[in-house]
Amino acid sequence: MDKKVFEGLKVLDFGWVIAGPMTLKYLADYGATVVNLESSQHPDLLRTSAPFKDNIPEIDNSGYFAYLAGNKYSVTLDLNQPKGFEIAKKLIAWADVVADSHRPGVLENWGFSYEELKKINPGVILIRNSNQGQTGPAAKQPGLGNHINGLAGIVNMVGWPGKEPISLQVAYSDYVVPHFAAAVLIGALDYRRRTGKGQALDISQLEVGLNLFAPNLINYPGVKVDESLKGNSCEYAAPHGIYRCKGDDRWCAVSVFTDEEWLAFCKAAGQLSWSKNPKFATVINRKKNESQLNELVEAWTLQQTAEDVTKLLQKAGVAAGAVENTHDLCDDPQLKERECFWTAQHEVLGNFTYLAQASRLSGTPAKLYRNAPRMGEHTEFVCREFLGMPQEEFDACLMEGVFI
Amino acid sequence: MVNTAEMMSGYRVLDLTNENGYLCGKILGDMGADVIKIENPRGDSGRKIGPFYQQVPDMEKSLYWYAYNLNKRGITLDIETEDGRQILSRLIKKADFLIESYPTGYLDKLGLSYAKIHEINPKIVMTSITPFGQTGPYKDYKGSDLVVMAMSGLMYITGDPDTAPLRISFPQAFLLASAHAAAASMIAHYYRETSGEGQYVDVSAQECVLWEIANGIPLWQVNKILYKRAGSFLSGRWSDTKQRLLWRCKDGFVSFYILGGPSGIKTNQAITKWMAEKGEIPDYLKNYDWRTLDMLKQTQEMQDRLEKPIGEFFLRYTKAELYLESFKRGIMLYPVCNAHDIQENDQLKARKYWVNIEHSELGTTITYPGAFAKLSETPLTFKKRAPLIGEHNPEIYEQELGMSKSELAVLHQSGVI
Repeated sequence: MDKKVFEGLKVLDFGWVIAGPMTLKYLADYGATVVNLESSQHPDLLRTSAPFKDNIPEIDNSGYFAYLAGNKYSVTLDLNQPKGFEIAKKLIAWADVVADSHRPGVLENWGFSYEELKKINPGVILIRNSNQGQTGPAAKQPGLGNHINGLAGIVNMVGWPGKEPISLQVAYSDYVVPHFAAAVLIGALDYRRRTGKGQALDISQLEVGLNLFAPNLINYPGVKVDESLKGNSCEYAAPHGIYRCKGDDRWCAVSVFTDEEWLAFCKAAGQLSWSKNPKFATVINRKKNESQLNELVEAWTLQQTAEDVTKLLQKAGVAAGAVENTHDLCDDPQLKERECFWTAQHEVLGNFTYLAQASRLSGTPAKLYRNAPRMGEHTEFVCREFLGMPQEEFDACLMEGVFI
Repeated sequence: MVNTAEMMSGYRVLDLTNENGYLCGKILGDMGADVIKIENPRGDSGRKIGPFYQQVPDMEKSLYWYAYNLNKRGITLDIETEDGRQILSRLIKKADFLIESYPTGYLDKLGLSYAKIHEINPKIVMTSITPFGQTGPYKDYKGSDLVVMAMSGLMYITGDPDTAPLRISFPQAFLLASAHAAAASMIAHYYRETSGEGQYVDVSAQECVLWEIANGIPLWQVNKILYKRAGSFLSGRWSDTKQRLLWRCKDGFVSFYILGGPSGIKTNQAITKWMAEKGEIPDYLKNYDWRTLDMLKQTQEMQDRLEKPIGEFFLRYTKAELYLESFKRGIMLYPVCNAHDIQENDQLKARKYWVNIEHSELGTTITYPGAFAKLSETPLTFKKRAPLIGEHNPEIYEQELGMSKSELAVLHQSGVI
């Protein structure tokens, strides 16, 4: 029998998109019962986002949604109907944790402010993920992770010296939140275990994101922050960059920090004549002559594959690695051996790959217990089994169109 | 056990990490745990990382050290010595967590494998943060931030199509891994508290960054679409059509994109309404029915025709002007901020995000980014600045472990502490 960390822990998720649902994946992958409350009236943005099975954009076809919904249950409910509202209240009473990642105010509009939740379930833990927090003048401002990348300063740190910044394509800031949010949510669960006290957690994507370059935000009179674009360079290392290799759009990262690593690099590269030039002998000289050094390193990497450069340099004790695209990642021997991908036969998506949790717990490993749900797949199961609703009542609600 | 309203008070963390792991202990410290940062008597390697206070490179003035070692106490200990290991064993007996980020195999060689630590304290949660994890063919690979970023997907899709992939210039891989390690350690903690069993947590930075490529893996697995670099555009998610994400304005850049579906309509309508009010819109855009926009069918030519006048409109305004008006109109447009913009951000000020922490050793007070979450019952608190080298040696070695001053003098002179 598997040891599940969160066996018996019950979570109700009003939320959607990335940061909120991914936070709850931390619980679901370790055995919690997570019920995703959905409505076909307002489908999760991810349910309408690519990739779709056979490129058909139907509600159960999104691989993006499925990616973050493994190990969860789905219930559809129309909260605007009195009966739907009543069932939601029962789910709130059932839950240990209620989660929300809508725009601040939406939960209140449904009648589920923290104060109301406490009346239904006094020990409830409410976790709310939002762009800029539940309070303050910008709380209700709409936006997505790509926007917050700009607001949180992340976009300002990508680009080549003297050129324009370049945006990230992904909602980077969304994927930062779950690590912090899960840590503090589990802290709140443990605190409740000891004291019986629940609480509300207000998590702002902007505020979390700033942790990833906090040293540049420290402020004191006379502070100077260097915010020039730096490409792939590092102030105290050279060569330190991405070098083109043999093949179409193939690249390798090489980073040399110490003189010892430099000598190892020179030896591994076959003692190329230029590598003995004193202008590259020390860190200071390598930094001074970095652009020439980069050209020479690339002339060498161009003659071989990124994988060969990686193996050769790593063997010599130099940090190097092929730039991997998504195809490479799916075949990456390290990720494969660590069972970083969970593959399962999904009734809609076919053979589908989930990403495993990024750490391995020796005693209580995370697992794929169930596939990502179709919308409303577990409505009846949850109502009957978790809420103990009589079959007749469920059928009546179904007929009334409560579960849409 | 719980004396004050701090969610993790009463739990102790031994933090043996370097710059690859500081943030993990910092998160636990913010939550109220008693975090003891254990560093080499010569000073931790992360103290050499800039920027520095008043731009003075100094082991006691690294802002990198300051930022990620808040809320910790600090002691020095050379665990490569036998005395050092014996002292560490005594600390392990009373600890709830041990976190470390040494190269794989390093602690084993010192006789401090998880098996050994588990023997000393079966309830401990031990967390290791490494570039690629403790197992697999790359476990002994050296992994700098650049290398881990290269090998985990985000980099390949960042930058222009015809030039080298780009990283985020402030190193991210191990910050993501450390934050993840905090969550994973808390999972193990929760299990320990409910079952009595400790365990080992093996965190791979490569796998942590892998989460950042969003739908990249399913795009490949489901549709065999390879996510590629597209400069400041979004590409490959809906069709071959690129959508601009980053727009030049009068004094900088803004984040904005034309989004299809119900989520996009409101913003799209609002922006064209605003342009029309200003009389700065071509007729075809003024009359465009956003409900007909279908990103799956949108050709590049159609997209360019929508984006061109919007781009010209943005050029006439500053990022502050654009944000202010977008704010009023509920348009999803945000400025690309630098550190100064962020420090001036009204929302952060209104939420009292920034915290002032006294640095008596510098005779000043320094402002830091504050709590990563607002909690109604057990607020995250900021009690102390990052420790000076060996600052809490007397407190921990003398008062807690009961070592004598003469014993400490021996250990000091032999370089153990």
